[in-house]
Amino acid sequence: MTSLHIQDVSRSFGDVTALAGVSLEIRQGEFFALLGPSGCGKTTLLRILAGFESPDGGRVTLDGADLLALPPHRRPVNLMFQSYALFPHMTVAKNVAYGLERERLGRAEVRRRVHDVLETVGLTAEAGRRPHRLSGGQRQRVALARAIVKRPRVLLLDEPLSALDKKVRAEMQLELKRLQNEVGITFVVVTHDQEEAMSLADRIAVFKEGRVEQIDAPVTLYERPGTPFVADFVGANNLFTGTAGEGGVDVPGIGLLPCDADVAPGTPVLLAVRPEKVRIGEGGRLSGVVVDVSFYGGVSHVSVGVEGRSGPVLVATQGATRVTSGSPVSLGWAAGDAVLIAQ
Amino acid sequence: MRESRLLHVPFWATFVFLYAPIVVLVVYSFNAGDSPFSFEGFTFRWYGELAGNADIRTGLVNTLVVAAGSTVLSTVLGTLLAVGLARHTRSRLLDAVGLLPAVLPDLVLAIGLLVFYSAIKITLGLHSVLLAHTVFGMAFVAAVVRTRLAHADTSLEEASRDLGAGPLTTFARITLPQLAPGIAAGALLAFTLSVDEFVIAFFTAAPTEPTLPIVIYSMVRFGVTPEINALATLLLAVSFTVVIVAQRMTRLTESFS
Amino acid sequence: MTVDSPTRRGRAPIAARLVLLGPGLAYLAGFLLIPLALVLSYTVFRRGRFGGVVYEATAENFTRLFDPLYLDVVLGSVRIAVITTLLALLLGYPTAYLIARLPQPWKTIALVAIVLPFWTNFLVRVYAWIVLLSGPGLVNSTLLDLGLIDEPLELLYNQGTIVTGLLYSYLPLMVLPLYAAIERLDPQLREASANLGARPMRTFVSVTLPLTMPGVLTGCLFVFVPSFGNFIIPELLGGGRSIMVGNLIRDQFLKARDWPFGATLALALLAVLLVLLFAQAWTARRYGRA
Repeated sequence: MTSLHIQDVSRSFGDVTALAGVSLEIRQGEFFALLGPSGCGKTTLLRILAGFESPDGGRVTLDGADLLALPPHRRPVNLMFQSYALFPHMTVAKNVAYGLERERLGRAEVRRRVHDVLETVGLTAEAGRRPHRLSGGQRQRVALARAIVKRPRVLLLDEPLSALDKKVRAEMQLELKRLQNEVGITFVVVTHDQEEAMSLADRIAVFKEGRVEQIDAPVTLYERPGTPFVADFVGANNLFTGTAGEGGVDVPGIGLLPCDADVAPGTPVLLAVRPEKVRIGEGGRLSGVVVDVSFYGGVSHVSVGVEGRSGPVLVATQGATRVTSGSPVSLGWAAGDAVLIAQ
Repeated sequence: MRESRLLHVPFWATFVFLYAPIVVLVVYSFNAGDSPFSFEGFTFRWYGELAGNADIRTGLVNTLVVAAGSTVLSTVLGTLLAVGLARHTRSRLLDAVGLLPAVLPDLVLAIGLLVFYSAIKITLGLHSVLLAHTVFGMAFVAAVVRTRLAHADTSLEEASRDLGAGPLTTFARITLPQLAPGIAAGALLAFTLSVDEFVIAFFTAAPTEPTLPIVIYSMVRFGVTPEINALATLLLAVSFTVVIVAQRMTRLTESFS
Repeated sequence: MTVDSPTRRGRAPIAARLVLLGPGLAYLAGFLLIPLALVLSYTVFRRGRFGGVVYEATAENFTRLFDPLYLDVVLGSVRIAVITTLLALLLGYPTAYLIARLPQPWKTIALVAIVLPFWTNFLVRVYAWIVLLSGPGLVNSTLLDLGLIDEPLELLYNQGTIVTGLLYSYLPLMVLPLYAAIERLDPQLREASANLGARPMRTFVSVTLPLTMPGVLTGCLFVFVPSFGNFIIPELLGGGRSIMVGNLIRDQFLKARDWPFGATLALALLAVLLVLLFAQAWTARRYGRA
């Protein structure tokens, strides 16, 4: 049951290609994330969905109907802007009512729905205030309320958490998930922050230079990255370039590293091991010297300088660690914990 | 989002409205016929006659003397005032006084100065116009320099003081160089406004020493002649050059800052 | 003239304040405040028999102000200035709006093109309209040649000509503040409005216009003020038949030599402008809280 169907959409600005034939299927009621570094085209796609930008080619349908044929103000799609774009000359209640008034609803109906949605986001007390008198978190709630009160079929969120400080972020993250469950609208969030995408979304599409690299659930994306870019961009990773060998990957200058190889020997591959999968001091294949130890409370990060590799290998351990800077250590991991990626 | 085509009508109407009279003036300044109303072939004759017009020459010299003098005075007074207002007082009343000449109708300032000169028995002449033009020239220089000051980095001045420089040294070595483009723009503005100014000059000039706008005024009142077309074309050419050069210069200074 | 207010940064020595603020403020006191005070004081005195002022208190200048003869001129001037301002707004807003949305370098070129006529001599610009509109002028001869009229129209020397001249002279002053206000407007606000279901016209009325209101008011003030007090354009293009308050003031000072009444008229002019200035500041504060 596909809800939003994006087919081969492309767009370029002069010499710059923002989207090079992107195809996506977003299901009804899904929390979907478009993730990628800035300039990867995800915002352009969002603006195409909202109608502020038209693609050079491709199709977008919503439940089978052509979305691109509609002008922005007739699309059943609402956008929560990154800057929130709250109307500064209107109160919170007027901002929220603005979209409903465009639907020619009765006054009582508008008032009731505004009241309900402000209650949902916990801003009943602020209804009479202007946006400039609200905190960042409150402004974001208004923007959200203004968008969902229209009961769109798809809600687009442009970097919804980026302008908030850390504590409010965590709160809003939960709030967004709760809301999405409650209203059952399809959410499409655009973000450059992989943690934000991972914690919010049911599925993530990773973008690179106008193309989709991989579409998967967060856990799959993290544990089984399909391309070198995804392995590097999503979460911290230790990457080794080499060729597939017997029972591992042969890395020049280092030797054979453990891995469940299922490709023909001699194939150039990338080996990826998450820091938390690396274990210290078990007679592993790698030996090096601890360069730095950082303690983060729940976890400690250990950087180990390894001969034959330009950057240090990152190791994450639970709680405090006993190793200290300067001490020689041996590193290893279970073959099943390493991921092979074709180059 | 596309805008309605309807908006293009007033847009183009504005430009046609602004430029049609100018084009007509320029074309007619090369008109061989005596009548300024019908075109009968190309000539430079009116430019020649213009060069021989003694009234216009005197007016031009008078205007340049007044503009140069009032620009120097305006620039010095206006710059000091701008820095003083921005850095050394919070008085909104003084701010308002500094801006007053720029917003006051020219006619009110003109009669005020006429009354003032007559009360203190100053004879009218180029000096009285020069002093009068400095009143608004200074206000415009101060306004331009202040916007520049608002963007200037105050920590540079603090750094200078921290490194042991006194307030005057700081002003001369740090503040002033930072403000230079603003001061130049203000001076150019004061000069242009003075050259173009008619109302205040009309009230404060001696009849024997008219500025160029006063000469033009009496010519226009007397009647339409092709000579005025030629003069108008020359003035247009000068203004266009100045504005375009100024535009280039500001873009140049912007790219440096 | 120094004011004992706390300084912004640290303690500025009195000497620095004196050097910086002293000359400019002294000059303004001498050549601006004293002259204005003089004009103001003249409003309560009688005129001398051969010009000049007799220092004998009277209210007669103010009662004369309400003489229908003069009151009509003042109200007529307000009317002409209002019409000019509204026309400037009508032409200026769409122009400024489209300039703000032009891509570079066209935006800069268009702005320079708006400003250019303004930097050319004021009298020359007025003169251009005489050439265009007079009996044998270009407009009439074109209309005659096209056979649209049989006789030259009386295009000069009426209120319409005055409005045309004022509009021509001050239209750039309307476009510039409007452009600045529209340019400053976050384009995402318009997008948000469309996204919430508003048609372009509704977006303009509910979002764009209210948020650019400070610019609208500034532009209106910039056009109204010089139009209202003008005396050159009414004289050269109005033919003296319909004079404005500016002509009246000029005549009191340079012809009738009735300085006290001229000063009173100037005060009336300032009063109208002051009311508008306060109205503008008040509305700007109302709309400008963003």
